Amino acid sequence: MGLLDAGFSRDNVLVAPVDAVLNWARLSSLWPMGFGLACCAIEMMATNASNYDLERFGIFPRSSPRQSDLMIVAGTVTMKMAERVVRLYEQMPEPRYVLSMGSCSNCGGPYWEHGYHVLKGVDRVIPVDVFVPGCPPRPEALIGGLMKIQELIRMEQIGMSREEALRKLAENAVEPRPLIEQERSAAGA
Amino acid sequence: MEEAANVSKEVQLCAATYSVIHEKFGDAISAFDQNPTMPFFEVLDTALWTDIALFMRDHPKLKFNYMACLSGVDYPEEEKLGIVCNLESIGVYPHRIAVKVRCARQGGSIPSVACVWHTANWHEREAYDMLGIQFDGHPDLRRILCPDDWEGWPLRKDYRVQESYHGIKVPY
Ligand code: SF4
Repeated sequence: MGLLDAGFSRDNVLVAPVDAVLNWARLSSLWPMGFGLACCAIEMMATNASNYDLERFGIFPRSSPRQSDLMIVAGTVTMKMAERVVRLYEQMPEPRYVLSMGSCSNCGGPYWEHGYHVLKGVDRVIPVDVFVPGCPPRPEALIGGLMKIQELIRMEQIGMSREEALRKLAENAVEPRPLIEQERSAAGA
Repeated sequence: MEEAANVSKEVQLCAATYSVIHEKFGDAISAFDQNPTMPFFEVLDTALWTDIALFMRDHPKLKFNYMACLSGVDYPEEEKLGIVCNLESIGVYPHRIAVKVRCARQGGSIPSVACVWHTANWHEREAYDMLGIQFDGHPDLRRILCPDDWEGWPLRKDYRVQESYHGIKVPY
C-alpha cells in the first residue's frame, strides 16, 4: 500500500493519487508537541531517545504547538492542566492528531476514584484519535500507537472527514496475534 | 530515674527543651508526650502559638531555627482541625520536637507562624488549601495547589468532590 511500492515508469515518472502523496508526506514527518505531564513522559522521552529512535519514523518533537501535527498527552492531566491542554490543542494547525498515552490520560488511571484533581480521561476535553493503554506503556506500545496514527493518516482522503477515516481504520483492523506467532516461529526455525 | 533509663537519649534531650518552654508558658501547653518516634506537646492556648514559636526559635537553650514540616490534620470526631509542626535546631543543638496546635473545625483559626519561620508560609498555604484551616496574620493566604476557584477542602474526611469544574465533569 505504501507509495514507494507503486513502481516507477520510464523516465523516472511516478504516478500516484494526490492524496496518497499528501498522506505519505504527512505520515512520514509527524511532529509531536514536546510536552509531558507525569511519569509517562519519562517513557515518551525514552522512546524519543536513541534506543528506540523515533526519528526513523520522522517523528521529532517540536517546542511550539503551531509547528506540531500531533499531541501526545503523556501523563496525568490535572483539572488545572486540562484547560491548558485545550488551549494548546486549539493552537495546533489542522490537520491535528491526539494520542492519549497511559491510563491516566485515558481514564484517570490510579487516580480514578480518589484523585479529586485529576481529569478522568483527556477525551472529556479534546477529541482523541488513539489511546495507548499501560501504566506506563512501554516504548514499543507507544510506537505501536504512533504507527496507528500513521495508519489513520493513510486512510484519509481529500474531502473525507476524520470520523470516516477512523471508521475505515477500525474496519481495516489487523489482528496482530497471527503476525506475532508467525514472526516467532520464523525466528525459532 | 528508672523511667529515664527507658527513654532514648533523643527523647531526654527533647524533654529538657520541653521543660524550658513549660517554665515560661505553664498551662498554655499540654504535658509532654514521650512518643519515641517524635516527642511532642500540644499548645492548649492557641492564641499564644506565635509567642511560643518565637520563644522556641530565639531562646538560647532552644534555638529551634528550622521548621522541617508543617502538616494539617482533620479530627472530625472532636470537631477540630489542627497542625503538626516538626521543629529542629540546625547547627546548634541536636534536639527535635513536634508541636501540635488545634482549632475549631467551624470558624476556628490558628495564628500564623510565617513571620517566625518563612518555611511556614507555603506550608500554611497548603494546609489551608487541603483542609481549609485559617491562619491569622498570614501574609498571602491563597490556595497553593488546587485552582483558585476550587470548591471544598479535599483532605477533610467528609469531602465530596464537586460535580463539574468550568464545565468539565469531575467525578469518574
Ligand atoms: S499512567 Fe501510570 S505511568 Fe502514566 S502518568 Fe499515569 S501513573 Fe504515571
